Amino acid sequence: MTSISSAVLGLRKTAVSRAFGSWLGRIAGGFLILLVLTAIFAPWIIPFDYAKQDLMNGNAPPGWPHLLGTDQFGRDVLSRVIYGARTSLSVSATAISISVSVGMALGAAAGYFGGFFERAVMTVVDLTWSFPDILIALIFVAIIGPGLTSTTFAIAIAYLAQFTRLTRAQIVRLKGETFIEATINLGAKPSHILLKHLLPNAIAPVIVVGMLAIGDGIVLEATLGFFGLGAQPPTPSWGAMMSSGTAQLFLSPWVIIFPGVAVAVTVIAVNLFGDELIRALDIRDRIKGA
Amino acid sequence: MLEVRDLEVAFGPIAPLSGVSFSLAKGETLGIVGESGSGKSLTAMSIMGLLPLSGGRITAGSIIFDGQELTTLAEPVYRKLRGGRLGLITQNPMTSLDPLQKIGPQVDVVAKLHLGMTSREARARTIEILGTLRIPEPKTICDRYPHQMSGGMKQRIVIAMALAADPDVLVADEPTTALDVTVQAQIIRLLDDLVKKRDLALVLITHDMSVVAQTCDKVVVMYAGRAIEHGPVEDIFHAPQHPYTQALIGCIPKGLSEDEHLTGIPGTVPTVVNYPKGCAFHPRCKAAQAICSTDRPGFVTKGQSAAACHFAGAVQ
Repeated sequence: MTSISSAVLGLRKTAVSRAFGSWLGRIAGGFLILLVLTAIFAPWIIPFDYAKQDLMNGNAPPGWPHLLGTDQFGRDVLSRVIYGARTSLSVSATAISISVSVGMALGAAAGYFGGFFERAVMTVVDLTWSFPDILIALIFVAIIGPGLTSTTFAIAIAYLAQFTRLTRAQIVRLKGETFIEATINLGAKPSHILLKHLLPNAIAPVIVVGMLAIGDGIVLEATLGFFGLGAQPPTPSWGAMMSSGTAQLFLSPWVIIFPGVAVAVTVIAVNLFGDELIRALDIRDRIKGA
Repeated sequence: MLEVRDLEVAFGPIAPLSGVSFSLAKGETLGIVGESGSGKSLTAMSIMGLLPLSGGRITAGSIIFDGQELTTLAEPVYRKLRGGRLGLITQNPMTSLDPLQKIGPQVDVVAKLHLGMTSREARARTIEILGTLRIPEPKTICDRYPHQMSGGMKQRIVIAMALAADPDVLVADEPTTALDVTVQAQIIRLLDDLVKKRDLALVLITHDMSVVAQTCDKVVVMYAGRAIEHGPVEDIFHAPQHPYTQALIGCIPKGLSEDEHLTGIPGTVPTVVNYPKGCAFHPRCKAAQAICSTDRPGFVTKGQSAAACHFAGAVQ
């Protein structure tokens, strides 16, 4: 495992710093760091209790003391957007982590061992890939019921196909490399070849695509939230906030605009930074080849 | 130490290698020479038990290593020999090392795997072996990545990996092809030294006749998937029996005069799907007769060497 972590460390030392080298990368990366910090310290920085209702003060426009206004129940929109970052980011990041780990394990095993196992895995993966992500997620939530946990697993399953395919493609490509043959010539066991040589060399594109998928995951989480399938009240999530705001769209548009802007800006930042990472790692071909 | 008898290899319906035999004792170097596509590397792969990985299999003959039949060995058992008592050096030092791992751990793993050493013992051994291979500052080298090293250095690392488990037989498949000439000479001298110091049995696969002349005790000449002449290196060089061997030796530049013309062998090596009938060399042979295109010649022994030619020794 040390080699995997050193590969990731190497990624951090060189590629991430290079991704920060361009002004686009700096802006996007800086915003993301700020966002993560905001999400982590949300309970301490929100100006009001995100769940506290103040019916007398409902649908107040942006101003003082409610900088971004209040919703129909008089809850502070800014506090809810900040706290929503916590929900959105943690759900998406957890889901994608699950997706990446399981996808890597499946893809690596399929690519390395081949044969019937590979065909079975790839058939299922291709099948799930032929459905829209949102449909797979919806079906899954419908089966196990709404809530944050099921949203997380639904997103994880929706993106599983992507990482399985990508990892498998990397492993298949690497298997033909001379240094893998050389390792076989030394009498190394398959587990050693897989864990010490194949996975560390395959991991960079998977991590970058995973990073990009966190953006998609946020959108999917917001969509599920919009349908009322994600975070349950009073827990704020960007999607659920937009959903509850639709009723007063013309009366108090800020209730729906600010979480929408939060989703859009976050996803743009994730994509821009992901693109910079791809450029810094010079792996565009490897990602497309999957 | 190592004996190969009538080895035949098939990939599905085609048989790119047949009738290869040789034997090798400790402290001896055997050269396998031939043009590209003559089956040299396949012979190496057969000895290392690597054919199943690329879809080939041994259909006839035997490979006996230290009294043990290798052709019927199960893969997990073979894996213990491979890299352990059987070492292999491949053609591409540039790409034979994992680009993400430091040199140290990549070499260490061999001793850990085959000699059951701990990390610390393995590292000590790595440093010792790198030292014997005349790699300067072995300790610092262990912390380098492959991309920080030259081709000759990488080839030494690859040799170190092959030697780390103290093998009895070392198969070197064109160990110098990818290197420039000055480094080639160093590597060949190094291998020669190792054979003498460690009492290794070395199978040196090459297409360079001058390398063979410098280092080998015995030679097997291959053409179109068959051994066509074998014997002690002096006999092969001074009195080659087979017209192909004669032509190969004729190709070595003498370097005597400035206006010396390089001679070649006309034609090309047949590919595995169109091996000629009879003697595979007959379309390119200047001494070919009618019988050469119909009957495959058997070995004609002369002294310690033998050549598969209807007119062995008769043509000069």
